[in-house]
Amino acid sequence: MKEPANIEPARSTARRPPVRGFDPLGWVRRNLFSSPLNGLLTLAGIYAVWLAGSAVIDWAIVRAVFAGKDGSACAAPGTGACWAFVAAKFDQFIYGRYPEPERLRVDLTMLLGVIGLAGLMIPAVPRKGWFAAYFLFVFPVIAFYLLTGAGFGMVPVETERWGGLMVTLIVAIVGIVASFPVAVLLAIGRRSRLPFVRWASIGFIEMVRGVPLITMLFMASVMLPLFLPDGVTFDKLLRALIGVALFQGAYLAEVIRGGLQAIPRGQYEAADALGLSYPQKIGLIVMPQALKLVIPGIVNSFIALFKDTSLVLIIGLFDLLGIVQQAVSSDAAWFSPSTPLTGYVFAGFVFWVFCFGMSRYAQWMERRLSGGERR
Amino acid sequence: MTSVLRIGSGLAMALVAMLPATGADAQGTLQKVKDRGQLACGVNTGIAGFSAPDDKGNWAGIDVDLCRAIAAAIFNDSSKVKFVPLTAKERFTALQSGEIDVLSRNTTWTMSRDTSAGMNFAGINYFDGQGFMVNTALNVKSAKELSGASICVQTGTTTELNVADYFRQTGMTYKPVVFEKLPETIAAYNAGRCDVFTSDASQLYATRLTLGNPADHIVLPEIISKEPLGPAVRQGDAQWGNIVRWTYFALVNAEELGVTSQNLDQMLESNNPEIRRLLGKEGEFGVGIGLGNDWAYQAIKAVGNYGESFDRNLGEGSRLKISRGQNALWRDGGLQYAPPIR
Repeated sequence: MKEPANIEPARSTARRPPVRGFDPLGWVRRNLFSSPLNGLLTLAGIYAVWLAGSAVIDWAIVRAVFAGKDGSACAAPGTGACWAFVAAKFDQFIYGRYPEPERLRVDLTMLLGVIGLAGLMIPAVPRKGWFAAYFLFVFPVIAFYLLTGAGFGMVPVETERWGGLMVTLIVAIVGIVASFPVAVLLAIGRRSRLPFVRWASIGFIEMVRGVPLITMLFMASVMLPLFLPDGVTFDKLLRALIGVALFQGAYLAEVIRGGLQAIPRGQYEAADALGLSYPQKIGLIVMPQALKLVIPGIVNSFIALFKDTSLVLIIGLFDLLGIVQQAVSSDAAWFSPSTPLTGYVFAGFVFWVFCFGMSRYAQWMERRLSGGERR
Repeated sequence: MTSVLRIGSGLAMALVAMLPATGADAQGTLQKVKDRGQLACGVNTGIAGFSAPDDKGNWAGIDVDLCRAIAAAIFNDSSKVKFVPLTAKERFTALQSGEIDVLSRNTTWTMSRDTSAGMNFAGINYFDGQGFMVNTALNVKSAKELSGASICVQTGTTTELNVADYFRQTGMTYKPVVFEKLPETIAAYNAGRCDVFTSDASQLYATRLTLGNPADHIVLPEIISKEPLGPAVRQGDAQWGNIVRWTYFALVNAEELGVTSQNLDQMLESNNPEIRRLLGKEGEFGVGIGLGNDWAYQAIKAVGNYGESFDRNLGEGSRLKISRGQNALWRDGGLQYAPPIR
């Protein structure tokens, strides 16, 4: 055999590199009209969207009533959304029946809360520990005094007058914040080697999870007063808050336990080998990993809680949905065929904005935290 | 869920019955109210014309007015009242546990509630009852002409049974079109699936405003059931019961005597002995129930007489436009009748 001659590879003509940027036409061809059937489906889809979209625009804008002093403005047959109603009741939907001159206090509380939350939730903000301490310990105290007006020469405002989005947020935030430590303790307790701690945790979790939230709220508002001594009544909102926090704590505990179970034994042993104490082991090694694993589950239960807040309306508290329902069903001045739908659409939209926001934030946080597992 | 609630409320009722008069201790309710500086009044969480917040968030309605009148009679200030919105399940516990002083929440006066449930009713500020609504196109003026009609009704309710009884008694026929829920029933009537919608009259008037064109529907004059709605207080405090009862009677008497919130101050100079007694110019009637002698004057000044309150919240002055019907004064053929102040 002869040594092969120095083979020169055939020269190929240089091709243009594939388009890296966005190529709208190509994208459309590849994704929407890749085959006749897909093309047909795309057209059908566009038609369906157009049908639904135009109906919504027609109802919400074209045929809608934007101004009016009562329901007679929206009473004409064929009227779309009655936005005049939402405009007239907007403050009530936000603050409930909180006295008008005092609403600045609610605004201030919300502002202080947003500052705390933003500090905690935006990773670029430094000094997370300070923000956490502020949001968990300082802010609740300020919020309590600002909202109830107890002391400091402020006008007291009973919780009977609270309502709307304000109550929804209070119940949700207190539920979320107060339930979290409860849940972490219960989850650890349930896996504890100490029998009493384990049994107590299991007993509490199973008892609370075995009962619907609505029943707990109902018990707290109807049965509890009967067992208290005469003349001792404690605030209905407080009763609801305690009920919600315990309920949410039990559910969340199980979510967190799922994360704890996924942590391999080696992690515990490694922590022991390093000579860490039990709190250090749980706090520094196990919990951070476990919580990161169950973020979707935690957010899921927070979103569920946010929507469950509307159950407080069965005990006569008015969250956003409750106050919308009250307005559409009882204010005769605004009765019209289109009032109820408009009110409920508004409430639904506000709930959606909050829930969607939570879900997007959680997805983003999950991607950020899972940096070590990519690639 | 509903069954859970039902059991819960049944249990609550049983407990209420087991704890007789916990609120009626040595200290009377009037003293407690005065010490607290405001009246705690249980109202509906929202029902048109009876208790509902207006655009400003102030409670308004005929039940609300009664509480304002009581507060005015006690404190000379109708704003000294705390409204506690209550659901149907909560209302009796709230009264029994002392969370509220008076329950003014469109509550039907029945024997069991008036006796074993630990409450006393203080009057009937609205005579409700089941009525019929029809489309004006049917050209029907009375329920007696409804033979053969199809009737939309919510199933499993006393409403359904009342219709059956009424048509049997009058020897007429009808075709029931039944639904599980009230909104479905209303929607079906609105869509023309039946000729008649039946429910409590106050509800019919409220529903009418939500239909396509309210002017196309009328509520027939016949009322076929008794739903006497009124304020209730805890058993065991007769003085407090008197205050609530006579505040309501004062408003009715004021209408009968032509005393309104407008002419109140001129009426003080009236020579009519009944008016003079009502407004505290003669006699010691207010002191007799533990209040000032101008208690009725203050109550009327705060909310007007019964007719004014009715008109503003339910009648021609509101969008509901409920006719006085059974709630007219006795001399006008209605049932509103107050014993004289003498």
